[in-house]
Amino acid sequence: MHGLLRRPGSWLFVAGCLPLLRLILLGVWGGLGADPVEFVAHSTGTWALIGLLLTLAVTPLRRLTGRSGLVRHRRMLGLFAFFYACLHALTYFWLDQSFDPRAIARDILERPFITAGFTAFVLLVPLAATSTRAAMRRLGRRWQLLHRLIYPAAVLGVLHFLWLVKKDLTEPLVYAGVLGLLLVVRLRWTQRLLARVREE
Amino acid sequence: MPPRHSPDILPSEITPPDIYRERRRFMQGIGALALAAGFGATAEAAPARLTGVRADPQAPDEARTPYRDITTYNNFYEFGSGKDDPAARADSLRTRPWTVAVEGAVNRPRVWDIDALLRLAPLEERVYRLRCVEGWSMVIPWVGFSLAELIRRAEPTGDAKYLEFVSLHDPAQMPGQRRRVLDWPYVEGLRMDEAMHPLTLLAVGLYGEVLPNQNGAPIRLVVPWKYGFKSAKSLVRIRFVEKPPRTAWMAAAPDEYGFYSNVNPQVAHPRWSQAKERRIGELFRRDTLMFNGYADAVAGLYRGMDLKRYF
Repeated sequence: MHGLLRRPGSWLFVAGCLPLLRLILLGVWGGLGADPVEFVAHSTGTWALIGLLLTLAVTPLRRLTGRSGLVRHRRMLGLFAFFYACLHALTYFWLDQSFDPRAIARDILERPFITAGFTAFVLLVPLAATSTRAAMRRLGRRWQLLHRLIYPAAVLGVLHFLWLVKKDLTEPLVYAGVLGLLLVVRLRWTQRLLARVREE
Repeated sequence: MPPRHSPDILPSEITPPDIYRERRRFMQGIGALALAAGFGATAEAAPARLTGVRADPQAPDEARTPYRDITTYNNFYEFGSGKDDPAARADSLRTRPWTVAVEGAVNRPRVWDIDALLRLAPLEERVYRLRCVEGWSMVIPWVGFSLAELIRRAEPTGDAKYLEFVSLHDPAQMPGQRRRVLDWPYVEGLRMDEAMHPLTLLAVGLYGEVLPNQNGAPIRLVVPWKYGFKSAKSLVRIRFVEKPPRTAWMAAAPDEYGFYSNVNPQVAHPRWSQAKERRIGELFRRDTLMFNGYADAVAGLYRGMDLKRYF
């Protein structure tokens, strides 16, 4: 146990469980507000999005700091993003739609923000399913190609948030800004620029 | 007081049978009411009780939403766009002195002092369902009187076809107005016959007590068959006009919020369905009723109108 907690991955695992723990404790203490379902949906959706952005931040951070060991934590971050996306989707399918397949299908087809959110969730499923070392080995080069799906998933996740807000886009725009930054630093042009700045 | 149901229209003419069966049932007695009011009072530092309030003989046979939920889960963008912002920040609103200007196409314009307005008509409790355009709902025991009482005293002229309701605009008291989330001041509107309808309420209280700031103190509109945003809060001006006013939400998103904004499960908001709602306090969604369950009282106002077009 002692040795386990000394590994940074273990701390990351504990940290990843905290949002869920908070929801459970708030639920027990009656602290989820007047509309607990909305609270849970919003909270799990937010953490799924934060998880995706943290996952996408690993590579730029690694380049920036030169600490290549960071990549070891990327899988856990991605899986936490997927875990909260699952809770988020479950809240919607169960508490919002009572598992009514017709209502869900209509919602996905007719409401752009549901279409975006649902698609983002579906795109994450193969990524989570191929997150094991064995799958990585088996897929080889195609693994990397497949896992580029995180880009459209993150973009759709942000769109999902932007489109559901009634007014006052401040909060979703913050996520859009962070995602934009994480995508821009990946452009070859930006990287060349950064390299030149570092040389000078 | 005139009857709230128009006797000349058979509800079955205009209302599907399942909605018809949802007609408001009579409440058992004043005992339950006093209990409910007393229960609500324990939640916060108790605001002043209103005296001489007549009980609602037509209160629906539905559980009232707890006082705590009604006063902590609010859309009142003047104090921020989060649901908990109004309860946290509305302390800065000063409700005395307060005046409401009644003006425009009337023979007797008048700037009402709020305390005179409170004595304008006997206060009644009205237990109304409130359906938010976002898909949640509550059952709220308001205290107030029919807007028609005020309108009659203003003696509208023949030019008065619509009413414009304007909320307070004062960024010093309303921190949410320091950002242009909406085009301040908040403006709402009703057609004259909607405004004269006996269900349309000027509310000054909640659960038998003075209206808390976050719920639109000192005086607000309540139009129970329309989405919640139609019920403008903290009113400072009521203007009688000839043309439909440009409301704050129509200015913000004209394709999403129409002038009428009647609760209608068949007409979806462009971005979400309106077929169901979550009653605050319940886990699963329930069906939304046509005109929020007030169809037998108000459907006649819209006979012959295409409600998809006039959403």
